[in-house]
Amino acid sequence: MSPPAVLAEELSKSFRTVQALDRFDLAVPAGTVCGLLGPNGAGKTTAVRILTTLLRADAGRAAVAGFDVAREPTRVRASIGLVGQHAAVDEALTGRQNLEMFGRLHHLGRRPARSRASELLERFGLADAAGRAVSTYSGGMRRRLDLAAGLILAPAVLFLDEPTTGLDPAARLDVWQAVRRLVADGTTVLLTTQYLDEADQLASRVCVVAGGHVVAEGTPQQLKARLGADRVEAVVRRTEDLGTASALVGGAAAAEPEVDVATRRVRVPARSGVATLAAVLEALGRSGVEVEDVGLRRPTLDEVFVSLTGRPAQVAA
Amino acid sequence: MSTVTAAAPRARLRWALSDAYVITRRDVQHWANQPVAFAVGLLFPVLMVLMFGYVFGGAMVVPGGGSYREFLLPGLFALTMAFGLEVTMISVATDAARGVTDRFRSLPMHPAAVVVGRSAADMLNAALGLAVMLGCGLLVGWEPHRGALRALAAVALLLLLRWALVWVGVYLGLLAKGPESIVTVQILVWPVGFLSSTFVDPSTMPGWLGALAEWNPLSATVAACRELFGNPGFGGTSFAAEHAVELALAWPALLVAVFLPLSVARFRKLSS
Ligand SMILES: Nc1ncnc2c1ncn2[C@@H]1O[C@H](COP(=O)(O)OP(=O)(O)OP(=O)(O)O)[C@@H](O)[C@H]1O
Ligand SMILES: [Mg+2]
Repeated sequence: MSPPAVLAEELSKSFRTVQALDRFDLAVPAGTVCGLLGPNGAGKTTAVRILTTLLRADAGRAAVAGFDVAREPTRVRASIGLVGQHAAVDEALTGRQNLEMFGRLHHLGRRPARSRASELLERFGLADAAGRAVSTYSGGMRRRLDLAAGLILAPAVLFLDEPTTGLDPAARLDVWQAVRRLVADGTTVLLTTQYLDEADQLASRVCVVAGGHVVAEGTPQQLKARLGADRVEAVVRRTEDLGTASALVGGAAAAEPEVDVATRRVRVPARSGVATLAAVLEALGRSGVEVEDVGLRRPTLDEVFVSLTGRPAQVAA
Repeated sequence: MSTVTAAAPRARLRWALSDAYVITRRDVQHWANQPVAFAVGLLFPVLMVLMFGYVFGGAMVVPGGGSYREFLLPGLFALTMAFGLEVTMISVATDAARGVTDRFRSLPMHPAAVVVGRSAADMLNAALGLAVMLGCGLLVGWEPHRGALRALAAVALLLLLRWALVWVGVYLGLLAKGPESIVTVQILVWPVGFLSSTFVDPSTMPGWLGALAEWNPLSATVAACRELFGNPGFGGTSFAAEHAVELALAWPALLVAVFLPLSVARFRKLSS
């Protein structure tokens, strides 16, 4: 097995009184997408800044693309692309001038830099605005330009710090598409996000960060499984039927049901999966209780997030 | 994928120069993209020539006699250089606040390229501004009287002052929380600019204020320029007046000696 593309061992970092990272461990296998999920202030950006050589850790060790970030920063920089949490482009230059400049600073020749800029402007839907100063761009356009600037060299390892914050749904899909394309070409991606659907969509592994270290890690499915088995949920039409429904559902599933009066919902663990669902459907059908909805539910990443970090996640608009 | 891996020293130097060139060219692109702002920047000192030369000029008495505009112009040349501090500081603070500095730091660039490029761009700007001022001076009746060589030496001293202030500007720009903090520096630059021998002879000020004005680094460059251009108003018996050229070399040297290491340390601190 090849060494991980991103490796962090016991990274710690504090700012005055704030312990931003506390023995943070991470290993991202080459060619995969890892999602760092965590609430505000969890330490995601701090981790990304250390891994991209912008910040030095107080303790611990980190390597990116096989190079130690503290000892060989230039080699790390030559292997990475970074899209930071806030768009980092020159407002007084045009979109094209920005990309050509960053291309030149990646040591592309004049002509390759120009054609790469055209390619990226086209791909991120900025071709029409290429000749305008970035100060006239909308937030989403700026964000897309910023992404393009991080992708100039098709980096070995790409760091994306909340890449789709502030983008409209169509633009988010474009970004996801671009990330998938890079991964197909062998790029390793470390992605931080507060959007659970984003992690679900893109990441093969998710690390939940809270209080400066990784509190849980696994595939999105594994994390959901940690919250327990699937459940059967039934929503009744009339609140007064809740008692009857609860008894019926509990009997059919052979488990203690949970009742939520506000949403007229009865919930029960589905010990035998679809068979439990079938039993519940049959019991409710025979009783004549009016039912609005019955289904097999899997815990969402949102619920995982809340149970692990004690805080609700943000939901994409 | 990249060309920097294990580069030989020769190649490293070539990339360092190329990187610095790209950074310098970025400022030239800024000027081209915002020609009005650029022109206003160059013409503001001309406005000062007209304001002080013609509005106040009639009421001013030149020490030792002579035309007030001949006295004033070397002062305005130096003041223009001093105000350049704000240009450097705004550029540095804007890049830091917008995350552009971080983007540069995440690229495989030579570590010195950003500041070298920055100072080259600012010096280019200063040289253009000074050329406009010199032309404007010639139009309003100022001229150097002691030959081309001394005149060139005066120009060199003016640019030296500006170059020293690049480092002050880089340091303050990195210290600033954002381009808004520039106001604080403007408030400081103006008294330093006026509490000098730029507009009036320090000997006409109250004793302690006059001494302060005379030892102002700006006054050293002003006095040295008056001496080298052969314009009225230089001379005097104080140490500062008798050693104007020496001080015009020593002050910038001191500023560089203090602020260049501070700037480098501040850049390093960005990553701590
Ligand atoms: N330069 C700094 N100076 C002081 N404190 C800092 C600095 N950078 C980060 N912190 C603190 O470190 C902690 C972690 O911050 P970090 O930016 O890494 O969080 P995050 O997970 O990226 O949060 P968000 O989701 O809001 O972007 C926070 O408490 C933050 O206030
Ligand atoms: Mg963050």
